[in-house]
Amino acid sequence: MTSTQSPPTQDGVRPTKDVESPRPGRRPRTRVADKGASRLFRWTATGAGALILVLLVAVAAFLVLRALPALTTPAAELTEEVSWMGEATSLLDFVGPLIFGTILAAALALVIATPIALGIALFTSHYAPRRLASGLGYLVDLLAAIPSVVYGLWGGLVLAPMVKPIWAWLNEYLGFIPFFAGTVSPTARVLMTVGLVLAVMILPIITAVSREVFLQTPRLHEEAALALGATRWEMIRVAVLPFARSGIVSAAMLGLGRALGETMAVLMILSPGFLYSFKLLEAGQQQTIAANIAAQFPEANPLGVSALIATGLALFVITLVVNMAARAIVARRKDFSGAN
Amino acid sequence: MAQRIDVKDLNIFYGEFKAVADVEMSVEPRSVTAFIGPSGCGKSTFLRTLNRMHEVIPGAHVQGSVAMDGVDLYGSDIDPVAVRRQVGMVFQRPNPFPTMSIAENVLAGIKLNNKRISKSDADDVVEQSLRHANLWNEVKDRLNRPGSGLSGGQQQRLCIARAIAVKPQVLLMDEPCSALDPISTLAIEDLIAELKSDYTIVIVTHNMQQAARVSDRTAFFNLAATGEPGRLVEIDETSTIFSSPRVQATEDYISGRFG
Ligand SMILES: Nc1ncnc2c1ncn2[C@@H]1O[C@H](COP(=O)(O)OP(=O)(O)OP(=O)(O)O)[C@@H](O)[C@H]1O
Ligand SMILES: [Mg+2]
Repeated sequence: MTSTQSPPTQDGVRPTKDVESPRPGRRPRTRVADKGASRLFRWTATGAGALILVLLVAVAAFLVLRALPALTTPAAELTEEVSWMGEATSLLDFVGPLIFGTILAAALALVIATPIALGIALFTSHYAPRRLASGLGYLVDLLAAIPSVVYGLWGGLVLAPMVKPIWAWLNEYLGFIPFFAGTVSPTARVLMTVGLVLAVMILPIITAVSREVFLQTPRLHEEAALALGATRWEMIRVAVLPFARSGIVSAAMLGLGRALGETMAVLMILSPGFLYSFKLLEAGQQQTIAANIAAQFPEANPLGVSALIATGLALFVITLVVNMAARAIVARRKDFSGAN
Repeated sequence: MAQRIDVKDLNIFYGEFKAVADVEMSVEPRSVTAFIGPSGCGKSTFLRTLNRMHEVIPGAHVQGSVAMDGVDLYGSDIDPVAVRRQVGMVFQRPNPFPTMSIAENVLAGIKLNNKRISKSDADDVVEQSLRHANLWNEVKDRLNRPGSGLSGGQQQRLCIARAIAVKPQVLLMDEPCSALDPISTLAIEDLIAELKSDYTIVIVTHNMQQAARVSDRTAFFNLAATGEPGRLVEIDETSTIFSSPRVQATEDYISGRFG
């Protein structure tokens, strides 16, 4: 909007430098009525954009300020004062496994959910008859409306007993893979189960976003592929998926964001531990930042609260980094994005 | 390689709406047939039935038969995908794949047809096709840049290169020159004349001179009234259509006294 080009003169030719241009540096004059409305719109849009920035900075400032006591207290004193830090010798030592657990749980959820979500989205956008597609889309959207407490209860009480034999099987026959190694938990309150529940929770957002992107594939490109003799799947591979690439990444990142921050479901299912452990089927191995905050907060003393907020700060940073990485991925092949 | 096309009693529908009625015509192999007629009379619609692209629109269907060398394209055992591999198409609006480079665009059809080709063969196909489409000199230094970075006319020629890269039996062109400058247009017309020795070509055009220049036979379509289906009025040698058509409406349209 901040064009600094001088306005075209009446015959449509841009004035050259030596001709004195009227009102240099201004946007061309449009009709007066238009101007008020467009200025209003510009300020509203700018304001909304700025508000987001202000909120972000405010959150960051809050986290840093409140985490400061924990960050500045000497490690020995901190571990002494905050009982639940257990074996940890410093704040970093404490938050490390939590970051690890958080990312592992979220990544697990993403790995499970993304292929399924893309499958459902493609089915509803390009395969299913229209009636069935809208019904299915509606059902998936309903999944998003279920509160996470319900997911937690369901995961712990219904899903865990159900998947127990499967986890045991994985452990027995695929135990050589580090993820499935260790002693399989008899209650199945393990990260694998958590990942599964989180996957169900992030399924709707990934499905909905990628479905919208798939539907926006220009008809022209789909027909170009079909006219070359592409089967439906080849058409999807040639025209739809490349077009939707950045949209898929955004969809997955939205899902990842939700999985990273999910609290209740993890808290209610996982039997926590504070290790750097890849064992997904063993109890007492990992914990996530959000669930840990919820678990410890009620009984934390002031320094403990500060330590928890420091872990929250870590979560904030992780989320920011994830989003920036996603943007970088999207931007890398911008030329080929089909945006022009 | 070129094949003749025989269309019998063809009615074309969009859902309930009958867009084109009772088409009956033959297209000779190794010839150029031009479709002319006012906007909305169903030229594109009819053209798209010749490679079964019509039916990709939800609700669209046809009645009647289109036979290619005696084989009905709409027979129950015919796979539309196989038909489209034989019958290439160039659309009214250029539609290169935006996520592919220029070279990848040219090779798209070959890759789809699952042919494994060596790097040097691929390079040859790219160069041959682009030369044929009169685009080679403009893009030879940027074959790996996106196809969507070209001008509209260049994009259209890229689409022509893409269509002929797979060496189809029949080439359908829907107003291929409507986005081109006169020089590129002439180049495409030369290309059509050249391709005629190998392919059967059907071209839709709004440009009378173009129809007269490139085609051997011309078909005139017309529309009785809006909401009515379009019909084939007559098809004949191009010279006959432009000098002494049998039907008054054709003469009116050609001489610009239409409507
Ligand atoms: N996707 C569609 N769904 C429904 N009706 C359609 C569709 N496409 C075309 N039609 C209708 O079919 C009729 C023929 O259209 P068509 O595009 O074949 O005309 P045309 O002769 O190619 O016109 P033009 O010269 O403007 O390209 C028109 O009445 C049009 O409204
Ligand atoms: Mg048309």
